[in-house]
Amino acid sequence: MLETTDLAYRYPGGESLTFPNLRCAPGATHLLLGKSGSGKTTLLQLLAGLRSPSHGKVVVNGTELGKLSTAALDQFRGQNIGMVFQTAHFVRSVNVEENLVLAQRLAGKTTDRRRIRELLDVLGLGEKLRSLPARLSVGQQQRAAIARAVINQPALMLADEPTSALDDDNASQVLGLLQQQAAAVNATLIIVTHDNRLTGIIDQRTHL
Amino acid sequence: MNLLALAWKNLAYKPLTALLSVLLFALSIGLISLLLNLREQADEQFDNNLADIDLVVGAKGSPLELTLNSMYHVGYATGNVSLGQVKAFFNPQHPIVADAIPLSLGDNYGGYRIVGTIPKILDWYGAQVATGAAWKEDFSVTIGAEVASKLHLDVGSTFRSTHGILDEGEDNIEHDDEFKVVGVLAPSGTVLDQLILTTNQTYWHTHEDHGPEPTTPAQDTSALADHDHDHEHDHDHEHNHDHDHDHAGHDHSQIGSLLEEGAEKEITSVLVRYKNASSFQALSFPRNINENTELLAANPAYEISEVRRQFDSGQRILGILVLAITFVSALSIFIALFSSLRERRYELALLRVMGASRPKLFGLIILEGLTVAVLGYVLGLLLSHGILYLVAANIEDDFRYQLDPLRFLAAEGWLLLGALGIGFVAAVLPAIQAARTDIGEVLTSDV
Repeated sequence: MLETTDLAYRYPGGESLTFPNLRCAPGATHLLLGKSGSGKTTLLQLLAGLRSPSHGKVVVNGTELGKLSTAALDQFRGQNIGMVFQTAHFVRSVNVEENLVLAQRLAGKTTDRRRIRELLDVLGLGEKLRSLPARLSVGQQQRAAIARAVINQPALMLADEPTSALDDDNASQVLGLLQQQAAAVNATLIIVTHDNRLTGIIDQRTHL
Repeated sequence: MNLLALAWKNLAYKPLTALLSVLLFALSIGLISLLLNLREQADEQFDNNLADIDLVVGAKGSPLELTLNSMYHVGYATGNVSLGQVKAFFNPQHPIVADAIPLSLGDNYGGYRIVGTIPKILDWYGAQVATGAAWKEDFSVTIGAEVASKLHLDVGSTFRSTHGILDEGEDNIEHDDEFKVVGVLAPSGTVLDQLILTTNQTYWHTHEDHGPEPTTPAQDTSALADHDHDHEHDHDHEHNHDHDHDHAGHDHSQIGSLLEEGAEKEITSVLVRYKNASSFQALSFPRNINENTELLAANPAYEISEVRRQFDSGQRILGILVLAITFVSALSIFIALFSSLRERRYELALLRVMGASRPKLFGLIILEGLTVAVLGYVLGLLLSHGILYLVAANIEDDFRYQLDPLRFLAAEGWLLLGALGIGFVAAVLPAIQAARTDIGEVLTSDV
């Protein structure tokens, strides 16, 4: 569940952007489309609580982000918001399983290795449990990133150009997994993209 | 997976970089610990061996040499003095001198010095006889604990002494007379641990010339360490062989028996305790002796403070070196962490996305610095005590200076705090940098 009202952001340079209101139901997928410089990444950062809006509010799962303290916001983000990026990033020094353990611990949750194992099995990474992230292929890395985004059963999943670095096969696989996993935990899935392959599949869109 | 485990994994991910930082840090900690230990244990040796001795009296020469030779049993003797010259020090009625002990030096056995003296020296140094008894007769010896264990001697063992104060291996000139061990001392932590004690008279038997007339002081016993003299000396001994030793029977453990001997007989030096060290007469006593007699009087406390001053200035130079190494090692931690931040900016941003607060990222980088510091500290202590262990044997032979490599100083506990401090300081800038990571800028790009 995601709701934004009258969101505006002022860049340090003074330039201001206003965003259309969003209202997304749990389990739904929503595309944010826009050209370069249209502020879609800025909107994503506002939704994730990585930047503070100059005006308006973001409500995730009934909590208004602007009302949280910095530390509480960090914690809230870890527990309720999963993020997937164009390029998958990991803590390079620990294996896939430990990366997911870190995601659980940093969100203030207890370690649940069974959930990690099951999730990786579903995503076809059961064999890669003990591999360092750098040993995975690009497609595998993106799937592991999805695993990390959903491990804490978030209310909101934000994906920033998740498919634009992938070929058609991997792109459709990753999109499928994103939707499937978001649905499995009943999370709202927001995909920021300019990837035309996705516009044909998902009909809920907002153009910026 | 907690922060410490993650910090450890991060270091282990770049093992060579971490190793370099740890080694540099270990080098710095090791040197500091080594200096502290050498200093502490040297001070202790100096103090233990002062034995409340106020004055050392011997033949003219260097006062430092006299002190080192007579009290610490290193270096060479300044020469000998005749009993007649020093008789006054043994007078119980002496206004300044409370007590005095005669020393005869010059021979060794197995590298351990044989000291002719009276058993009163045990009381002065606070040493106890562990087995057997103190020496009484000529050629009976009581040996230090260290001598007993290193040379495998025990009560009842016999040996022949070697001329000269050092063990010279194949070139040794052996005296013919047999010494017999009558006692072994308990370890006292003083130089007595490393000495072989016998009577003063024993020296006269082993070194006495044919004929009654005394040799000039410059020759014979006074030239104990003089190599050129050795062959002539050896020669003497053959002549000497028919000389009648009184090996048994006479008790030579009291000063009285020594003073009954001829005034021309020689000893090496006299250790003196004052009645009142702060009295006016006592203060001017050494100068009086030095100016008015053929004797040299040295104040050991003063001489040792001179040695310490030398030690200190040497230590200051080393201290600067250590400071430089410490700085470089801190710099290496700083550089390693800082350059790793560049490679890890995505990772740090990711940690924030996963719910880590800024203080947590700060803590993570600090922990990485502290981990290097602690590893370096442990390795450094192993290094310094390993070196102490290796050099202990050498130092003991050369300087009569016992080192305990397994002793850890309280200062080394403080050193851990210092190490943690340096690790923290080296990591604090990178940690602040890490805490400032802007997740939005790093992870999301406006394409």
